[in-house]
Amino acid sequence: MSNWLNFRGRKHSFQFHRRTLVAILLLAAANVVALVVCAGLGSTTISPIEVVRSLFGGGDPSHAMIVVSLRLPRVVIAMLVGSALAVSGALLQGIVRNPLTSPDVIGISGGASLGTIVFILYFSGVSIRFMPIWSIGGAFAAAVLIYVFAYRRGGITPLRLVLIGIGMATALTAFTYMLILTAPFTPSAVAVKAFTFMTGSIYGVSWDRDVLTLLPWLVVLLPVALVYARHLNVQELGDEVAASVGSAVHKKRTMLLFVSVALAGSAVAIGGAINFIGLMAPHIARRLVGPAYGGVIPASALVGSLVLLLSDLAARIAFIPLDIPAGVFTAAVGAPFFLYLLYRHRKA
Amino acid sequence: MESVLATRTRKISGLLIGLAVLLAGIVCSIVFGVADIGWHTIVSSYTHFDGSQQQLIVRTARVPRALIAAMAGASLAVAGCLMQSITRNPLASPSLFGINSGAAFFIVAASAFFGVSGLSAFALLAFVGAAFAALLVYLLGSIGSDGLTPLKVTLAGAAMTAFFSSVSLGILLTGGQSFDQVLYWFVGSVAGRDMGIFASAAPYMGIALIGAWVLARHLNLLGLGDDVAAGMGQKPIYVKLAAGVAVVLLAGGSVSIAGPIAFVGIIIPHVTRYLVGIDHRWVIPYCAVLGGILLLAADIGSRFISFPKEVPVGVMTAIIGVPFFIYIARRGERG
Repeated sequence: MSNWLNFRGRKHSFQFHRRTLVAILLLAAANVVALVVCAGLGSTTISPIEVVRSLFGGGDPSHAMIVVSLRLPRVVIAMLVGSALAVSGALLQGIVRNPLTSPDVIGISGGASLGTIVFILYFSGVSIRFMPIWSIGGAFAAAVLIYVFAYRRGGITPLRLVLIGIGMATALTAFTYMLILTAPFTPSAVAVKAFTFMTGSIYGVSWDRDVLTLLPWLVVLLPVALVYARHLNVQELGDEVAASVGSAVHKKRTMLLFVSVALAGSAVAIGGAINFIGLMAPHIARRLVGPAYGGVIPASALVGSLVLLLSDLAARIAFIPLDIPAGVFTAAVGAPFFLYLLYRHRKA
Repeated sequence: MESVLATRTRKISGLLIGLAVLLAGIVCSIVFGVADIGWHTIVSSYTHFDGSQQQLIVRTARVPRALIAAMAGASLAVAGCLMQSITRNPLASPSLFGINSGAAFFIVAASAFFGVSGLSAFALLAFVGAAFAALLVYLLGSIGSDGLTPLKVTLAGAAMTAFFSSVSLGILLTGGQSFDQVLYWFVGSVAGRDMGIFASAAPYMGIALIGAWVLARHLNLLGLGDDVAAGMGQKPIYVKLAAGVAVVLLAGGSVSIAGPIAFVGIIIPHVTRYLVGIDHRWVIPYCAVLGGILLLAADIGSRFISFPKEVPVGVMTAIIGVPFFIYIARRGERG
């Protein structure tokens, strides 16, 4: 039996690594199981069978109400936000060729938070559909600033990019606090909400308000990420090699950066600044499917979705009836993981 | 590099001017604010205390606030200077390496889970937390064959900061703490603190400041490299250990009185070296004076940026500090 599965069409052909395919299918299955379990757990426990029944329109009406209109939006948002952050991180790690970066470490999420907070505080009358535009705008502004500051003597070193990014992240957080505090009217409740947003929380999301706001962005951006991922494979070999085999290095890199930043921005618009998923998920994905980006991107998306689902589950049920921000849990898991990465890359 | 204040006379007069500015800053910090305080009220509230509202404001709010700002600023700056010397990393500072947020985390966690309260306990916890975070970041940053590289240790610090502050925030939000407290343990503030808080940690910080100055000579020698220092009869490990203890006392102390204030520890040592060169016997007192001035000025500014609301001073220092940080990071990877 070959390690590869081939599909040949008239114009296109695809080659899949068997192990990658199996890993991705298993991850997808794990996501479905987690979805059902997460929708069942909470202050009212509903059995998985009952959850499945309500998903298909049957079952006890009160249970169906809890599952479909209360828990499911939150579960779906966790999956969408998690996968967007994970893919954004995977692209970014490929672009800067540094396994220790992620949108939240280098300040892109910070820019998105700032944009979102501006929207929340000053444009409260405007439809929430415009919120991702502000977040993505903030993320882009931050990315451009980081790029400009890190650019020196005709180039960007990953080291300088990361250092400047960390500084920018701190500055953007400070600016966000200042905006919250100096806004024309900030009752304490709004401020606490803004703080919760800055740790990353998907508490109280709804179908109409959140899922429909986020979904269109991801429907466009995730496939683009998947299509462009193969350019990362060749860029990993170095700019010169990539150029010599015929890849338009700078054009593709700009496009990849655009997708990465837009994904991070749209995820932050709904989920807040959830830390560490963009960092962790691509590493776990690479362990499962190897280094080729065609496999890493979908696997990262699935891992990211799974991690945020479980973090949010923990955040919901660990301290019932308190609902703490999911970002606290991703940080609690992510920071040790990051340190482990530092340890593993100690020779780099 | 030729420093600005090259001769001994200039250095001494510079230090005296700095001290005068520091004193003026303390007076300004007491005078300016939402409630107008006259100059003479400061004196009369200690000589002829009559319990009037203005005198109460001076004694219970303004004076502690000014002293805390000056002390925390001085301590953070000196802590940053010591860290930059012993790690030879121009970006080393208590906030960037997660020491401040570690200290804050220990206080938040202990008061939420074990019901710890009381100022002396807070100071002690801050020291333990600072030591823990410092040790962790140092160990993580120095694993590997190339030792303590700026990138690794900065990343480790950033990760620890994200971890400590997220978990602290989670504890604070679940504990139903007031917004002001959340803010305080998150970005640092010198507002609304009383004299008892200052007194709880100031002695340790004072001792550590003097200790840092005593160490100055040894730090100069260490600056030549561990091998040279050892060849001249120094035991580098003891000097580093002593400096580490001083850093923990200074950073932990300032967190327990003012929360995790960022960037003072990174800006001031660089400004100071530009002014007086690399001799630590001058760098350390200058750091202390300039750090105090910076935090006092940031605190006074924070009262007026959106008057009559107040912005926590930690936000101000971050906004002032980041352009500087970017400048240092751009200037060169190795120093």
